[in-house]
Amino acid sequence: MSSTHLIMSAPLPLPPIPAWRRGLRRSLGHRGLVLGSVILGLIALAALFAPWLAPHDPYAQEVTQRMIPPAWYAKGSWEHLLGTDKLGRDYLSRLLYGARVSLFIGLATALISGLIGTTMGVLAGYYGGRVDAVVSYIITTRLALPVVLVALATAALVGGSLKVVIALLGLLLWDRFAIVTRSATQQLRDAEFIAAAKALGASTPYILLRELLPNLMSALTVVATLEMAHAILLEATLSFLGLGVQPPMPSWGLMVAEGKAYMFFQPWVIVIPGVVLAVLVLGINLVGDGLRDVTAPDGRN
Amino acid sequence: MLTYIVRRLLVGLSVMLTVAVVSFMLLHLSGDLATAIAGPESTAADVEKVRVQYGLDRPITLQFADWLGAAVQLDFGRSFYFQNTVMELIGERLPVTLKLGGVALLLAVIVAIPLGVLAAIYRDSWVDRLSLLVAVVGQAMPNFWFALSLILVFSVGLKWLPVAGNTSWQNFVLPAIALGYYAMPSLMRLTRAGMLDVLGSDYIRTARAKGLSPARVVFKHALRNAIIPVMALAAVELGFMLGGSVVIESVYSMQGLGQLAWDSISRNDYPVVQAVVLIIAVFYIGLTFVADVLNAALDPRMRTR
Repeated sequence: MSSTHLIMSAPLPLPPIPAWRRGLRRSLGHRGLVLGSVILGLIALAALFAPWLAPHDPYAQEVTQRMIPPAWYAKGSWEHLLGTDKLGRDYLSRLLYGARVSLFIGLATALISGLIGTTMGVLAGYYGGRVDAVVSYIITTRLALPVVLVALATAALVGGSLKVVIALLGLLLWDRFAIVTRSATQQLRDAEFIAAAKALGASTPYILLRELLPNLMSALTVVATLEMAHAILLEATLSFLGLGVQPPMPSWGLMVAEGKAYMFFQPWVIVIPGVVLAVLVLGINLVGDGLRDVTAPDGRN
Repeated sequence: MLTYIVRRLLVGLSVMLTVAVVSFMLLHLSGDLATAIAGPESTAADVEKVRVQYGLDRPITLQFADWLGAAVQLDFGRSFYFQNTVMELIGERLPVTLKLGGVALLLAVIVAIPLGVLAAIYRDSWVDRLSLLVAVVGQAMPNFWFALSLILVFSVGLKWLPVAGNTSWQNFVLPAIALGYYAMPSLMRLTRAGMLDVLGSDYIRTARAKGLSPARVVFKHALRNAIIPVMALAAVELGFMLGGSVVIESVYSMQGLGQLAWDSISRNDYPVVQAVVLIIAVFYIGLTFVADVLNAALDPRMRTR
């Protein structure tokens, strides 16, 4: 009896759970990551479908409809759910189109700065020695430059615009990419699979791009999300100070700036874009932190 | 240790020089300074006159050499807008920014360290979760918006504090909170991580086994070791805050260095902009130097890097 019992309960060789399903299960168990993904997903959808979702033209001015408060105020109307701004433009529509600006700037900046930072970090980590010394020196110098001031001064000379903001932030925010990829590459440089690739006669570009880079992807994704959040906040700051995205383009930072003069009597004009901005950045940061937890080898439960 | 300090000093000095080159070139090459100074309604002849008058027609290397030669003697030339020298303007404005940064850092540290210690002692409790929430929310709010919201709540709503200015101590409360709130999360997380690290170590177990009171173990034995990296980070954060003060100062109309830089940018007063960028960078370099020395004193392995 006991022997049959033993046989019956012997573990059957279960098919191995594929890696992506393990990853998905782990991700779904991470509350912050789920919440962040939902927030980011909703805002991305709102940005993508802004032309269909927006009840009004975000640029259409209506002099007779200025500064109407949101619908839940006594003087509000359902015609303008979130009210109108000082030029009578529908706040909800501008908010929806503003999501496009924020997300586009975040993505474009992360792409440019990621390219610059990763190139520098990988080269420094792989070659070490003098290359590393030069890259480390450039990183130190970049960190010593006050980002906001340098961006403001340059934008003032060149003239603020969407393109200028992306170029400036892309050229300024690569430091974390470089720092993270540099140390990750240092750790992988002497790994066996790199030595094997070398022994097989693989070229250096092949080793860097096909062997090393795939192993940096999870670290890079984490940095990219955090830098995206950083870039979105900086764009809002530059636009708030008048040297970022230029009117009449809808930018959340610009909306706060335009509402500043009215905030004492109509606080919602700055509360609405500010809260949306904070929620977006919160969502992106939660995704970034969550991905870091989920992909970290020692954080697997 | 001494060779480490000397080496770090030399690196710091050369970074300063590089920052000077970069900020100079950035302002001289990203647009035409002469056109910017002459203004939008000037004729081509006016622009040429300005170019010659300010020496902008000379080779850029020569301009830089002249500027740097004077700058090392702390002479940044005259403001285009005011009658004063740049140094006079900076001497007037720097104390406001330093006071703001100092108070902001103090507030951040006063909140961050106890919160971090509590979060480490009561790990995974509601204190730990609350402190994490504060940190996550703090990092998500745009600082200009947080600053405006503080005005709405405490100046307009509760009428406790003035809206703007920098004449009395009350004027510094809201800006310091707005500025310090951004340094707080990272300081708190580092305190928590350091305390968790130390509390798990053998010598703490020994101290507990000796029968020392929990408070004594935490404050005398654990915190003393966990706090040095936090102090080092605080120095770096102060450097960042001086750079970030431009936003906060403009919201609260404080006449500090950041506001001076901001006004000078909109007035095309480039000698001032250049000097402020350099001075903020010098502060940052000095403060990271302090941080590195603190960390090296704590951990001898750092010195060989």
